[in-house]
Parts: sequence; structure tokens; C-alpha cells
Amino acid sequence: MSTLSAPKTAGAPGKASTSAQHTDTYGPAARRAKRRSTALGLLAWVVGVVFCFPALWMFLTSLHSEADAATNPPSLTAPLTFDNYSDFFGADGGASPWPPLINSVTASLFSTLFVLVLALPAAYALSIKPVRKWTDVMFFFLSTKMLPVVAGLLPVYLFAKNIGMLDNIWLLVILYTSMNLPIAVWMMQSFLADVPVSIIEAAQVDGARLHTVLIRVVAPVAAPGIAATALICFIFSWNELLFARVLTGVTAQTAPVFLTGFVTSQGLFLAQLCAASVIVSLPVLAAGFAAQDKLVQGLSLGAVK
Amino acid sequence: MSTSVSAAPPAPPGQSPPAKSRPPAGPRSGRARAWATRAPLLPALIFLIAVTQLPFVATLFISLFDWNSLNPDARSFSGLDNYGSVFTDADLRDSVFTTMLLTATVVIASVVLGLLLALLLDRKFMGRGLVRTLLITPFLLVPVSAALLWKHVLYNPEYGLLNGGWAWFTGLFGVENASQPDWISDMPLLAVEASLVWQWTPFMMLILLAGLQSRPLDMMEAARLDGANAWQMFAFLTLPHLRRYLELGVLLGSIYIVQNFDAVFTITAGGLGTANLPYTIYQTFYQAHEYGLASAAGVVVVIGTIVIATFALRVVSSLFSEEAGRA
Repeated sequence: MSTLSAPKTAGAPGKASTSAQHTDTYGPAARRAKRRSTALGLLAWVVGVVFCFPALWMFLTSLHSEADAATNPPSLTAPLTFDNYSDFFGADGGASPWPPLINSVTASLFSTLFVLVLALPAAYALSIKPVRKWTDVMFFFLSTKMLPVVAGLLPVYLFAKNIGMLDNIWLLVILYTSMNLPIAVWMMQSFLADVPVSIIEAAQVDGARLHTVLIRVVAPVAAPGIAATALICFIFSWNELLFARVLTGVTAQTAPVFLTGFVTSQGLFLAQLCAASVIVSLPVLAAGFAAQDKLVQGLSLGAVK
Repeated sequence: MSTSVSAAPPAPPGQSPPAKSRPPAGPRSGRARAWATRAPLLPALIFLIAVTQLPFVATLFISLFDWNSLNPDARSFSGLDNYGSVFTDADLRDSVFTTMLLTATVVIASVVLGLLLALLLDRKFMGRGLVRTLLITPFLLVPVSAALLWKHVLYNPEYGLLNGGWAWFTGLFGVENASQPDWISDMPLLAVEASLVWQWTPFMMLILLAGLQSRPLDMMEAARLDGANAWQMFAFLTLPHLRRYLELGVLLGSIYIVQNFDAVFTITAGGLGTANLPYTIYQTFYQAHEYGLASAAGVVVVIGTIVIATFALRVVSSLFSEEAGRA
């Protein structure tokens, strides 16, 4: 369990401290503290709703007709409709959103898969520390993440152009794999370090080879961590714009590139733009909510547990 | 921590790694074993070097040429001329400044807001999980969607939510013609920054919340019994404890926001003085076709990032020292 959810499970110390806080359980001070706590809880709700409001508004607008969406002052009570969603997929006039969505799914899923295949053995090796300077290797991985992507963009573009890989989704798969590999190695190293060494050794004594150890012994134990790693890699690949924008054109266009082109090709249809944004964000929202507890740990490369 | 912790107790600190705890079976098989344990690392390492390091070497090389792809025959070696241009070109200099301003503003604002939100969420109340979910939603929107949302749904001068909401609000008091600013052209950089702060605040909040919840309870309790008030506890216990988490947030935020492309590209298309370095490089290479110049600018970004990263790695090293000590 990550620390985020720790208070739920670690009931004993938490309770001890709150009851100690209210030693005078029935006094006016306790009532004041209780009122204050309720007020702060309410405040948190208000702040949460206000902060999220633009996103909620986007969702609401996506359910309004164009005429109701673009009013000033805004209308909260306009009738709801799913027309924008069916129009988006029906694509009367505009380009179909399916090819870009399928491209995004391809790029994200395959790059995530490749990342796992490459990162799992590497993280395994790093967690059992075979090299004396294993932290240096870890930092090398991390340092590649600090290299701004724009600095390597042009050679990649020229290379892809020369071998005829421009506008090819597999080029993005390779690049997204390299983009997410360092994060995945860091995350998984911290998850695999928790796998008890004794069970790995037991398997090795029984004569298990590396891939057997990884698939049969390590992966099941570290499954939640590996799943979180996969979700985060998926999110990053799905979100990526710069590479996709420069290296793809028509056939390999991904969903974010499609979105940026959506406004200009359709003119400005506010409600439909909102529907499109919701659809493109949906996979990431789902993955993000699923990985919520491990999200920070992953994004901070395991530094925050 | 993963569930394995509950499955079996972790190895006690200071225990020697398994490879060494086994009796060596002769030098040859020992070396073979060392390779066998090192080998799983190689595919990832080789792949990463090939895909991330080689292009950068190529960028270094291209940066030494005067090379415009629209005029490929005129390609020639020009030494460090491109670097001279990077530092003398007013547009590029401006974009360096814009990048620094944008990054600093967004990081500082989102850390401060994130800290406030984290403090607010660091207590039990009804529906806490739901509020946390609401708060992280902006971070989970696809960056392009978020940028489009701000540009068209919020900032639009005619029917955007900001102006619409304002008109509705003043309408309550009978004001007929409320001022309706054109946010993006009136305050372009601020418009980009606001959208980025909105996106990054949840991330900072999550890191700082994790920090808050890892505070040693007994120490907090002792301080409370000693009569420390809320402010003293915050200033002398919570803040020092949060220091590493704040550093981590600033660090990761900087790395990602320095490289931001999506918001600048979508909201202003780099216009009105909002072009940051990634956008400028993109434009120099993709629209102006100045390959040499774009590469030199790219190298400058990398050098700048390395300066930050060197400092950063030191901070991260200290964050990981606990774990490294286990080796």
C-alpha cells in the first residue's frame, strides 16, 4: 500500500492520535474542534469542485447542442443530448476519428508492452544488484529522461525520412518505448526490491532459468507494481504530441494530433470539440484513476512511497 | 510498498546481496555468473543508448553546419556560427527568457497551491477520496484536451466560461455591459501559465500529500503535548519534513514544464511572446527548415537542462540514499 492510502489501513496510530487530540471529549473545545473539522471538510469539497469545474464544464458542454453551448451567459439547464458524440463518430463531413484513435491505441499498447519486456529483466538485475556501481546505471537511465526531446527530434526525423519510416506508427512505438523505459526501470526496480530474495533463490536452486524466474516467481509477486508501471507508460504514450506531430502525417496520426487539427478542419464547434476532448481523454482518465495510489510513486520515479 | 511486504518480511538492512552470499564455485563459473546476472540489463541499456543518445550526437554534429533544407546544396561547415546566432538572435533570446519565466511561474504557483490543497486534504472528512479524485482530474486530462479546453471553452472572448460567468455574475446586480476581455491576446503568457498551473497543481498536491502522510506521528504528538500551536507545528515540523518532497516536486515539475510544447502550441501557437524553447526549436526546424540553427538551439537547451539535472540528481540522490544504503 502506498502512503496515500495508509491512514485507512493504519487505523491504530491514527485513532490514538485523534483521541488524544480530543482528551476533553465533551467540552466546548471538542465541539469547536469538531465544528472546525466539519468546516474544513466542507471547504475541501468546495475547493475540489471549483478546481475541477473547467473539466466538469467541458463534460457538460459536450452534452449540449451547439446552440446551447455557445451562449453568453452560459446555460446550465439546457437540455442534454448525446448528438455530439454520435456526430463525432459519425463524421459527417469531417475526418473519421477512428484511424487516429486506433493509432493511439496501437502506439500506446505496443510501446507499453515493449517497455515491460525490456524493463522487467533490467529492473530485476538492478534489484538484485549484480553490478557494483548499480546506482550509476540507475542514474544513467534517469538522465536520459532529462534530455529534452526536442534536442533529438531533428536527427530522428531525418533518419526516419531516409529509411521511409515517416508517417509510420511503428516509429512512434519505438520512440515511446525509449521515452518510457527509464521511468519503468526506476519504478519497477523499487517494486522488485520488495520481492523476497529467498523465493528467487529457491527457484534458482531448483534450476529455473531467468525467464522462468521472472514470469513464474517475480511477476506474480510484483504484479500490482508492474500494472501501475504499465498504466503510467500507457498514459504518457497516449498524451504525447510533439513526436507525433512532427513524425506522422495522415495515416499514422494519433488522437492528440487529430484533436489539434479538429478545430481548424471543423471550424469552431464548441460542443463537438468538448465531446472530442472527453473521448480522447477517457482512456487516460480511466488508467489514471485506476493507478491513483501508485501514480505519484511512479511519476516521482519511486522516490515517494 | 507493494503487497509483497505483507507476504514476507523484507530482508534486514545490511544483509549482503545474494550473489555474494553464495560460496564462489571457481573463478570461471564466477565470471559466467556475473555475466548471467548482468545480461538482463543489456537489452534495455543498448536500446536506450541507441534511441536516445545517438540522435543527440547527431544533433551536435548537425549544429556545426549551415544547413537549410530548402536550400540543401548550400550546406556547409560553419563551426560555432549557429551558436553565435542562438545567443544573438533576438527571437531565440526571448524564447530562452520566456522558457525560464514560464517554468518558474508555473512551478512556484503550482507548488504553493498544491501545498494548500494537500494541507486541506490531510484530514479525515466525508468523501475525501472523491474530492481527491476531483482534484487530480485536471492532471489526467490529455494535455492537448486541457489546452483546447482553456483556449476555446474558458478564454473565448464571446462565449467562453470566464467572460460568460462574469456577465452572469454582474447581471445579478443589474449591470448590462460587463467588461469582456480577450484573455489570450490581452495576457497571452499568463493565459498559458494559468492552464499549466491548473494541470500541474494536482501533481504537486499528490506528492506533498504523500509527504504529509509520512510525517512521524509520535513527534507531532509530542510537539502538541508540549503546547506547540498549529503554526509552530507547521513551520518547525511539517515544513522541514516536507522539504524533500518540495524539492522533488520542483525538480520533476521543472523537467516537464521546461519541455512543455502542448500548451504553447495549442493556446497561442507561440505568438504574442509566448514561444518557449521547445516551440521555437520546433518552428526553426519544422517551418523555417533551418536544421543547423535548430540543432544548435537544441544543444543549448540540453546544456541548460544538464545544469539543472546535475543539481537535480544530487537532490534525487539524497532522496534515494536510504534505499541505496540497503545495498
